[in-house]
Parts: sequence; C-alpha cells; structure tokens
Amino acid sequence: MAVLELRDVHLTYRTAQGPVPAVRGVDLSVDGGEVLGLAGESGCGKSSLVASVLRLQPRSATVTGQVLVGGENVQTMSWRRLRAVRWGEAAVVFQGALHSLNPIQRIGRQLVEPILLHDSAATPRTAADKVAGLLAQVGLPETHADSYPHQLSGGQKQRVMIALALTCDPQVLIADEPTTALDVMVQAQVLELLVGIARQRGMGVVIISHDLSVLATTCHRVAVMYAGRVVELGPAQELFEHARHPYVRALARAFPTIGEARSRYAPAGLPGDPPFPDRLPSGCPFHPRCADAVDECSSVDVRLRPAGPGRVAACVHVGAGVG
Amino acid sequence: MSLPGESDTGSGPVLEVEDLSVTFRGRGGLAARALDGVNLAIGAAEIVAVVGESGCGKTTLGRSILGLVRPTSGTIRFRGEPLSYAARALKRYRRDVQLVLQDPTGALNPRHSVYEAVAEGPRVHRLGDEPGRVARSLAQAGLRPPERFLLRYPHELSGGQRQRVVIAGALAVEPKVVVADEPVSSLDASVRGEILALLLRLREQLGLSLLVVTHDLGLAWNIADRIVVMYLGRVVEQGSTEQVLSHPQHPYTRALLSVVPEIEHIPSVVLSGEAPDPSRIPPGCRFHPRCPALADGTAAAAGIADDCRGRELGVLPATGDHLAACHLRPPPLHPPAALRESAG
Repeated sequence: MAVLELRDVHLTYRTAQGPVPAVRGVDLSVDGGEVLGLAGESGCGKSSLVASVLRLQPRSATVTGQVLVGGENVQTMSWRRLRAVRWGEAAVVFQGALHSLNPIQRIGRQLVEPILLHDSAATPRTAADKVAGLLAQVGLPETHADSYPHQLSGGQKQRVMIALALTCDPQVLIADEPTTALDVMVQAQVLELLVGIARQRGMGVVIISHDLSVLATTCHRVAVMYAGRVVELGPAQELFEHARHPYVRALARAFPTIGEARSRYAPAGLPGDPPFPDRLPSGCPFHPRCADAVDECSSVDVRLRPAGPGRVAACVHVGAGVG
Repeated sequence: MSLPGESDTGSGPVLEVEDLSVTFRGRGGLAARALDGVNLAIGAAEIVAVVGESGCGKTTLGRSILGLVRPTSGTIRFRGEPLSYAARALKRYRRDVQLVLQDPTGALNPRHSVYEAVAEGPRVHRLGDEPGRVARSLAQAGLRPPERFLLRYPHELSGGQRQRVVIAGALAVEPKVVVADEPVSSLDASVRGEILALLLRLREQLGLSLLVVTHDLGLAWNIADRIVVMYLGRVVEQGSTEQVLSHPQHPYTRALLSVVPEIEHIPSVVLSGEAPDPSRIPPGCRFHPRCPALADGTAAAAGIADDCRGRELGVLPATGDHLAACHLRPPPLHPPAALRESAG
C-alpha cells in the first residue's frame, strides 16, 4: 500500500517578478518497504517537492494537487493533525542536517525530546530505552547517547540524524542528499542502513541525490526530475542502464564505469545549464540542451508516456520506435 | 639550486615530494601524524589523482604542496629546487603552483565581479596587461565570450560557471601546476563532465600539471594518468590509472573500488568503521584493523598474519611500477591495461 502519494502536485512561488512554478504537476507514490530515488539538478524542484510533503513550503508558495501521507492530505489537514503527522507519520532528514545537531546537548537528550513531545504515554525512562534501541538500529553503540556532536564523525552524525527521524516511528522517511558530505566508504554504509530500515520497518523511504549511480544501486525505483516535472520513472537499475529520456541518459553517463575503455580520458557532460523556472523554454523544457531534439520538440510539451513495464518517460522519441 | 642536468624542459618531474611528514600537535598531548612519509612526483603535463577517505592525509598533502603547511620533515621540490619558505620565494612559488577548491560558491567573494575575482592574482603578482589576462583566462576556462561575464557577480552564475571562474582565477597567473581539491564534488552531475573535460583540455593546450585530490574513483578513471591511494598518512598503492583501478593490489584499494556504485560483479566490501585516527596509528600495517584479507583468514593462510599486526611496511617510492604496500603477496599481474572491452 502506498504510504506516500503525490497527485498532480504543483508548487508555485509568488515573487515580485511574478509567479515562479517550481513544481509543475508531479505524480509519485511510495509503498511501505519501498526505497524510491529522486534525482535531478539543482533547481529542478526536488527540494520544493519535499517541502510540500510536510507542508513546509513558505507562505509565498501555493500548492495545488494532493499530497497524501497514509491516505491523508497534508496540505488541507488541521494544524493540530499536521503537528502529529510531522515526525509521527513522515520525517525528513534535510540536506546538511548533520550540522544542525545542537552542539551543547548530549545526543541522547536530543533524541529523547521528540519522543516525549509526540508520545503522551512516554516517560523519560521508556524514551531512554527507545533511544538505546534506535542507536543500535542505526549501528551506533548505546554509549553514544552520552556523547556530544563534536565527538562524532560525519558518518556517525548522519546516523544520529537518521535515528532522530525514526524516533516517532514514521511511515515515510525522506533523506535529502544524505551522503553528499560523506566519504565513499561511509556513504555506502549509510545507504545500506537506509535500505535495511525500509525493509525492517516496512517504511517508505525516499532518497534524494544528484548522483544517479548511487540511486541506481540503492533504490527499487528512481524518478528523475527536470524543470519541475518527473521526466522518467522506472526500476532503478533498468533506468540507469537503459534510460529512455535523453536527459537521464546524460546523467547516467556522467558517472563513468571504471574499467570501461570508452570513458577513459573522455568525461561525459551535458552542455548548457538548466532553465530558470520562470523562463522555461517552449515545448519540451529540455530541448535546448538535447542532442536528440527534433523540430517538434520546441513546440510540443510532451508528458509522461508508457516506456516499457513499470516505466514512463516524457520524450517524443519514446513510443515512436526511436531511443 | 637546480642540479646539473635537470632543466625546466627536462623530462624530470615538475614537482616532487620526498619522504614528507606532517605532525600536528593535538590537544591532550597526542600528536596526529597526518602525513607519515609520503613520496610523490608529478611530471610535466601529467594528471595525478590522490585518493582516499577523509583523514587519510590527502588534503594535508595538497596544503603542504602549496606551502600552506610546513612539513615536520621531508622535502618538496619544484623543478628540482627545494621549496623555500621565505616570503618572497614563497610568493613566487605560488604563482607557479595554484589551488582550485571544492566549493566555488565559498571560494568566490559574493561582492566581487568576475573581473575582480580573476584579476586578483595578476594584481598580487604585479603582472601587466590585467584586462587582457583576465579575458584570456576566462576564455581558457571556457567562459566565452569573456566580455559577457566580466561584470557579472557569483550569484548570477550557475555552479559550473562559478567553478570556471575559480579555474580562470588560477590560470590568470600562468601556473605550471594546479592542485585541485575535489574540483567537481559540489557540482551537479551534468556539469561534472564539462569541468573534467576542461581540465583535460588545459593539460593539452597549456601543458599544465594537475594534482587532483579526490575520493571519486570515477573522476580518476575519467582524467588521471596515475593514481596514488592514501591511507592514514601513507601511500598504500600507486601506479597507472589502468593498473590501479583494473588490477588493484592493496585490499584497501579493492574495498574502495567495491563500493563504487557503477562497478558490478565485485562483491561489495563495506569496511566497518571509518578511517581511523591519525593520532593512534596502529602498529604493523596501519590498515590491519580493518583489512578484509586479515579478517577472512587470507593473510593467515599465507602465513603473514603476524607481520600484518606487527611488522612495519616500507614507504613506496614516488615513481616506478605499480606498487602496493601490503604484506600479502599479490597475485601475479595480468598483462597491463587489460581493459574491459566488451562494454565498448
């Protein structure tokens, strides 16, 4: 069953220069126990989309469509219910959040706080027991409850952040660039942890990253966003190896296969920059950077179409026998 | 003083690091041996990647090469001459050896225009024809036409353009060597390839030597001629990129490779724990507490488990063949550069 469902979500910022559409109609669902990857460049709307899941968008933003967490629409529920849903039903580990631990409070105390706030039946003793269990689950010794953040390494802090997100047993966990600041080896450890947690708890986990190769090996399915929309969605490994959308192909090629002769001394990039959301090109927003663009790309705004079992892609070439 | 027979244009290394050690005094009296006997050489127009986890000493190595950290012992030579720490000599040296940092947004002053950012180096070094130099460097860094960018501010540029401005700033003083610390890790995936292609082009067109400090083995595969793998202040494996990445000999290099997501068919070896503390370097082989070959009994079967735990390994030389600092005798090498060709 889907624990998180987005139906035709739009998010538009009002600015002095006029409306800026950051998210332009996204449909996504995450099942319990599933790990979904969300990829895209800076400015593609992925962080705005995450904000809408917990209704954290600023006042200047208008959200339309439905954001359903456990079947309830987050965007229209009462404040009282929203307070319970945040952390209790859906939790986010924000990008760079490992720097947001309170430097002068012991880890244990920071973990106990949300439990006592959200669970009226909890006592300091049961909360402390729960914290010990959580630390064990994220692979940290129980004694770290008495540590201060500066005594932990980056990877350990990221584990604490994940434990913090789990304190109120949410059904949905969103991790925004959880490994960007971490080393390769630690990165692998943290990703393994997230996948393990999704499986053990039957939670829906969303991992956001600009590194498609990381998502391909960790997630069940991956969605790639461009200019406020999902442009391709499918099973992770298939999408990475045989992308149907030219943008996704370029992203996949950006990370070479080590040992493969053709990428030696030949880094693959994608020329140009992503468009500004308030100045989108006509037709397919990717067409000015697309190597496979044809005439109709500058006029036809292609929406997602079937691209094989469990796969969709938004490109004129999909389903036309090309690509 | 340059030695006889060694000239600027000779085939000798442009930059050499010999038996370099850097010890930081820590609080509580524990000394951290950030670098513990490192040999390294960079030839003219050569790209060398230094890879390893945080705390392996790769950043300290970069900083020592720039003269920002004084070595506790050992020597750094530029064109055969030992680095002098006298102010004037150091200033001259820093024209020849430039730095490009990880995060272009942090490296650029938000209130300086592109022109000012790039002109700073030439101004400090009192080089003539400032406008011409700035325009030329911007064009070399791929910002064309340069006039379009001169009066822009960092916030008006994309991440990739900002990194190009930082690179142009380094190029403006005509360096021979550029030390780049994680030059693409803060950039979007689509921009990454463009910046790496630029670095390759600069090597070809300007004969620039590059030392790239990174934890990204894919980057090394994309652009580096040679790879130096560091662990806890020592070089544990070095050789040509093809040899090191296609036939890694050190269990640490193999573990690093196994967690690269693109490589299939290698069982992932996720090392437990993080890079250990340089203030507590283990005896024997410094990798032994995390070594999968010791843990799974391979080392014991080869009869060297005691060596791993107690016998210190030698320091690898700067150049020469593919070498690894490991007690375990590696399997015989396949013919070099036996690349996987099926994929192409």
